[in-house]
Amino acid sequence: MSAPLLSVKDLRVGFATEDGVVQAVDGVSFDLRPGEVVAIVGESGSGKSVTAQTLIGLTRANNARIEGSVKLGGEELTSAGDAEMRQLRGERVAMIFQDPMTSFNPVYRLGDQIVEAIRAHRPDTSKKRGRERVVELFEAVGIPDAERRVDDYPHEFSGGMRQRAMIAMALALEPEVLIADEPTTALDVTIQAQILGLIEELNREHNLATILITHDLGVVAEVADRVLVMYAGKVVEEGTLDEIFYDPQHPYTWGLLGSLTRLDRPRPHRLPQIAGSPPSLLDLPEGCPFRPRCPHEFSKCPEYPGLEARLPESSGHRDRCWLTPEEKRERRMVEGQIGLEAPREVGQA
Amino acid sequence: MTRFIVRRLVGMITVLFAVSAIVFVVFMVLPKQNPAQTLAGKNATPVLVKNIEEEWGFDESLPQQYLTMMKKVFTGELIQYSPRLPVLDLIVEKIPATFSLTIGAALIWLFFGLLLGYLSAIRAGGWLDRILTGVSIAGISIPVFLLAPVLIYVFANKLEVLPNGQYVPFEEDPVEWLKHLILPWITLAVLSIGFYSRVLRSNMLDVMNEDYVRTARAKGLNERQVMTRHVLRNSLIPVITLFGLDFGATIAGTAIITEAIFDIDGVGNYAANAVAKFELPPIMGVALYGAFFVVLLNTIVDVVYAYLDPRVRLGESAS
Repeated sequence: MSAPLLSVKDLRVGFATEDGVVQAVDGVSFDLRPGEVVAIVGESGSGKSVTAQTLIGLTRANNARIEGSVKLGGEELTSAGDAEMRQLRGERVAMIFQDPMTSFNPVYRLGDQIVEAIRAHRPDTSKKRGRERVVELFEAVGIPDAERRVDDYPHEFSGGMRQRAMIAMALALEPEVLIADEPTTALDVTIQAQILGLIEELNREHNLATILITHDLGVVAEVADRVLVMYAGKVVEEGTLDEIFYDPQHPYTWGLLGSLTRLDRPRPHRLPQIAGSPPSLLDLPEGCPFRPRCPHEFSKCPEYPGLEARLPESSGHRDRCWLTPEEKRERRMVEGQIGLEAPREVGQA
Repeated sequence: MTRFIVRRLVGMITVLFAVSAIVFVVFMVLPKQNPAQTLAGKNATPVLVKNIEEEWGFDESLPQQYLTMMKKVFTGELIQYSPRLPVLDLIVEKIPATFSLTIGAALIWLFFGLLLGYLSAIRAGGWLDRILTGVSIAGISIPVFLLAPVLIYVFANKLEVLPNGQYVPFEEDPVEWLKHLILPWITLAVLSIGFYSRVLRSNMLDVMNEDYVRTARAKGLNERQVMTRHVLRNSLIPVITLFGLDFGATIAGTAIITEAIFDIDGVGNYAANAVAKFELPPIMGVALYGAFFVVLLNTIVDVVYAYLDPRVRLGESAS
């Protein structure tokens, strides 16, 4: 296996607020190799976006405390200066965001905004050369009539086209790492598939190391190689795509999988969901933070288990749940498929 | 873009027509008194009143009377009767003083308002922001009629570095023109500096949370580029609207107090004197003059707005 391009070790991000310190990311570690797609999955507030933004220093602020290590090609980024970080953004690590409607500045032409990104790193690029490059990029990401459309404003593009333009901008300087933060969440389902297809294609063609942030396991299933499932700032399970989908170990992962709607199964009475809501990061329960929502809670849960490989056959498949693998395999089956049964109290309500 | 401008100009003319109709109704139709008597002034002779009645055609239909009035306005035949002088000429004569005052003050308030607002926003929460906030609030809170005497007392009477009022035309003596205008400019600008810096600061803090600002950072722009090209640029759009309205209002009336205090012989002072003497023709003339500039500046703002924010131009293709 090749050496990791990006290596994150025990990353912790806390924000001081009036009500106390919010530990948004609490000990996240993973490696990313060229050409690999790592998906980070979780609900809102699980810390997945903060993790992604911290990698390129976008969460730096007076009230933020960032600990741990992020290494890009052996170079430590958490201690890098602001100017160093700036040079690396766009040039080596590019990012695309959730909402293409609001992620471009509405008052500038799309082409100009991409040329601006190029010129931020290659100041001697002429405007003309920059524009030619944007046309190339637009063609590469499948924007029709590229020559004319580079002069359009963001509001003249549809959502899907705007996300393509966003991807074109991310690719402008041929980065090594692409961070896609919920790239398809704001799009129609048909457009989602196209955009995912595009990301996957670019990932293959350019050997681009990709981090995909999403709450949608359906998206993960399409493109990811490895999956990290996050809950309340911590990784609760990680493994390869197959391991997560076919042998999930953590009840939270079961819940996520169980709430996928599937065409190959009979239609459920109501869409399955994980009961309750994510805990406040200011007031986490003792031990496992998923405990209040978990129907399988038992006496060991008030102590939080470490992220460990609990299956003899796979050292890379790790999780944070005290149940034995046998118990897990038995309990995760709900009506013949993987899922999380409703907690007793909620079920009777 | 051309169609957009044409549409705005047509709108402008419509509004001006409405304003002139309102002026006509307010001054000529609504008062119970014979309008000729009002026009002639307090101490008019019956002969003058009779002449005015014939001149303005007050025995004719209202639309005809309106046309007569508008003809007088446009041909410069609208005159005040004591002494007998054409209103248009008087206004035109006084415009340089008013414009020197208002344009100069507007440039000052725009420059310092935006500068202070920008500094405050990029240092939000820091000591500089707190000091500037205090300064802005003080500027907004001090009334003109207090600020002006204090300035005159300090700079004209005590330090004797600046004159205490009056206007010297630019072509007569540029240096004296400048010296005479410094205190009035400051007087007129202080409130708006405070106000504009607050507005820009809060706009910028809003814009800083926009997704596209995060995008700008993610593509590797430095802080200064992010702040000027993306945050400031987008925060200026609402400020431009405000500026157009304020500047129009200043020309049309807000400058009156400053002109009166510093004895500047401008349009505002002329209007104030006319009101004091209850002379109708100058009041009508100044009302139309004020309306013209307010509407004109609004139109300019609309056009600039469309230039600054391409989404506004959408209406162009939609209609």
